[in-house]
Amino acid sequence: MSAYKNSVCFNEARRVAIFGGTHGNEMSGVTLVNLWVKNSAEIQRKGVETKPFIANPKAVEKCTRYVDTDLNRAFSPENLSAPGGDDLPYEVQRAQEINRIFGPKGSPEAYDVIFDLHNTTSNMGCTLILESSKDHFNLQMMNYIKKAITPASCLVLLNEHPLLKYSTSRSVAKHPVGLEVGPQPQGVLRSNIFEAMRVILKHALDFIELFNEGPVCNTLETLLAEMEYKFIGMEFPPCTVEVFWVSERIDYPRDANGNIIAMVHPNLQDCDWEPLNPGDPMFQTFDGKTIHYQGSGTVYPTFINEAAYYEKQQAFVTTRRETLVASAIRKA
Amino acid sequence: MYSMTLHKVVCLPRLSRVAVCGGTHGNELSGVYLVRELLKEEKKAMEEEEEEEKPVSVVLVLSNPWAIQQCRRYVKTDLNRCFTHASLNGPLSDSAPYELIRSKELNTLLGPKGSPEAVDLVCDLHNTTANMGLCLIAYSDCDWICLHTFKHLQASTSKESYSLDSVGKHGFAMEIGPQPHGVVRSNIYTAMKFGVQHMLDWVRFFNSGFVDVFTMVKHIDYPRDSETHNIIAAIHPQLQDRDFCLLHPEDPLFQTFSGETLRYKGKEPLYPFFINECAYYEKGIALSLARKRRVMIPAIRVQTEQEQQASEQGFGSEEEE
Repeated sequence: MSAYKNSVCFNEARRVAIFGGTHGNEMSGVTLVNLWVKNSAEIQRKGVETKPFIANPKAVEKCTRYVDTDLNRAFSPENLSAPGGDDLPYEVQRAQEINRIFGPKGSPEAYDVIFDLHNTTSNMGCTLILESSKDHFNLQMMNYIKKAITPASCLVLLNEHPLLKYSTSRSVAKHPVGLEVGPQPQGVLRSNIFEAMRVILKHALDFIELFNEGPVCNTLETLLAEMEYKFIGMEFPPCTVEVFWVSERIDYPRDANGNIIAMVHPNLQDCDWEPLNPGDPMFQTFDGKTIHYQGSGTVYPTFINEAAYYEKQQAFVTTRRETLVASAIRKA
Repeated sequence: MYSMTLHKVVCLPRLSRVAVCGGTHGNELSGVYLVRELLKEEKKAMEEEEEEEKPVSVVLVLSNPWAIQQCRRYVKTDLNRCFTHASLNGPLSDSAPYELIRSKELNTLLGPKGSPEAVDLVCDLHNTTANMGLCLIAYSDCDWICLHTFKHLQASTSKESYSLDSVGKHGFAMEIGPQPHGVVRSNIYTAMKFGVQHMLDWVRFFNSGFVDVFTMVKHIDYPRDSETHNIIAAIHPQLQDRDFCLLHPEDPLFQTFSGETLRYKGKEPLYPFFINECAYYEKGIALSLARKRRVMIPAIRVQTEQEQQASEQGFGSEEEE
C-alpha cells in the first residue's frame, strides 16, 4: 500500500551493469572497471548482480575514443538490426553484441540499470546524464545521490531533445544512467576525478540496494539519518530534481572551408553551468576579436570545449534550468 | 670569483632565418592554430606588397600535416624522435613510416642539420597536459642564443637531440600547458602567441644576465603490476599540477587505487615536471625530475661583416672588452 498518490511501482533492480571504456581514452571508467573485474567486492550489494564491463576493448587498447565509429552513437535501431556481420564497422558489431548481452533494447529481458562512465575535457564537475524526464526511478536515484554527496555537488543533465538526443550504449537498459566527470584530458588519469566517480557509483549502488531491500545495514541507516532522508515502508517519497535541459548545440565559427576561426572565449572557458546572457563574450578569433552570444535569453552552457566534439561541430550546448517532479516509487 | 669569460662579449653571426613550427604532434592544437594564423597574416602582408627588407625572415611550418588532419599525436611513429643524424641520413625503404619520410622533407626544408644552410633558429611549438605553464626546452646549456632568448630554461640530456628543433643551428621547443590534447584553450593560445612574438622580437635585440636552468636528472615511471604491467596507481593529488615545485624525500608521489600513498624515496630534493603528461604513459614516464642551477651568460652581439669574413678565413679573432 502506498502512502502517496501517483506512486509508481518498479520491479526490483536485480541486474545492473557498469560500463567503462565506451570511449577508449576516458580513463576513470576504464581504470575502475578493470579494478572491479579483478576484485568486485566494492560493487557488491545484497540482492543485485552488478557486472563491470569494458564496452569498447579495441579502443581501450589503442587509448583512442573509437576505432571506426563512435560506439556511443551506434545503438540506433538501424544499426542494431543491420545485417553484414564482419563487414560492419567494428563499433556497430560491438553494439549488436552488447545488445545481445545486456538487452535486447526495449524488451523485458534487458538489464535493469546500466551506469556508463565517461570523462570530459570540459569543466563539468560531476554530472549525471538522464535520457527521459519521465523515468521516476532514475530521478529518485539522482535525487538520492545529490543528497548523499552534499556539500559536494553533482548536477543533472537531461538530453531529451528530439534532434540532439543520440543512441547511447547505456540505452540498452531499462534505466540508463550516464556519469560524466571532468575536467580530465583524454588518455590521462587524475586521482581526484577517479575518486569522485568512485564515490558517486558507491551511492548509486546503495540506492539500488535500498530500493530492493530497505536499509540492510547500519551504515546505510546512519547515512539516511544524516541525510534526513525520509524512507518509510520501502517507499521513496516524491521529490523535486533540478535538471539542466539540453536546448541547442553551438558550433565554432568557421570559414568557407569549414576550418575553425575562433576559440571559446576566455570568459566562457571553464564556466560550465554558469549563466550566459545575450551580449556576453562567447568566442575569441585567432586575431583577438570577441564574438558575443546573440540568443534571446539567458542559457546555461555545458560541455564547453570538449575535445571530442570538435569533429561533431559542437563548441558547447546550451541548457535551460527546469525542476522536475519525481513521483514516489516503490518496488513491485 | 668573477670569470674573465663573462667580461668578453661573444660575437655570433646574425640570425637571418627563423623557423616557427606547429603541429609536430598533430593534437597539440595551440601551435597548429597559431601557425595557420601566422600564415594568414603573412599572406595578407604579401598581398599588400610590403616590400621593405626584413631583418629576419620567418619560415612557418605545419610539421606533421597527416597527424594534424587526424588530430593525433602521430600516424606511425613520433615525428619528434626522427631527427637524429642516423635517422635523417639513413636509407628510406618503401615501407618506411610516414613520419620518417616527413622528417627528411623537413630536414631538406630547414636544414640540412649540421650544415651552413640550416636555418638559424627553430622554435617548435608544443602543448602538454601537465601544468607546466610556459616553458622552453633546449638541449644545451651553453647555446648562448637560446639562453638569451628566454629567462627560464629546461635543459634535458646532453645526448644527441632527436627532435625537430635540433635541425637549425640553434633551436628550442616552446611547451605550454595545461591543455588537453585535441583542445585549444584561448588563454594557452594567447600565451603561446605572446611567447612567439616575444621570441621573434628578441631575435632583433641581444640580451645578457643570468638564467636559472633546470637540468633533467631522471624519469619516474608509474608503479605497475608485476605480471600484467598495468599501472596500479595515479599521480598523488598533492603532486598533481605542481610542476617545478620542489619535491622532497618522503613527499607523496603516487596514490594506489586502493588508497595507499607511495612516497618519493630519492635522497636529493628535485624539481618535478611533465607531471602526468598523457603522451608519456606509453613511454613509461609519470614525471621527470630536474636539478636547478644558475648559469651566468655573457653578453652577446651580432658579428660585423669584417668579423664574419675574418672568422671564415680562419683568423679567429675575438673582440675583447
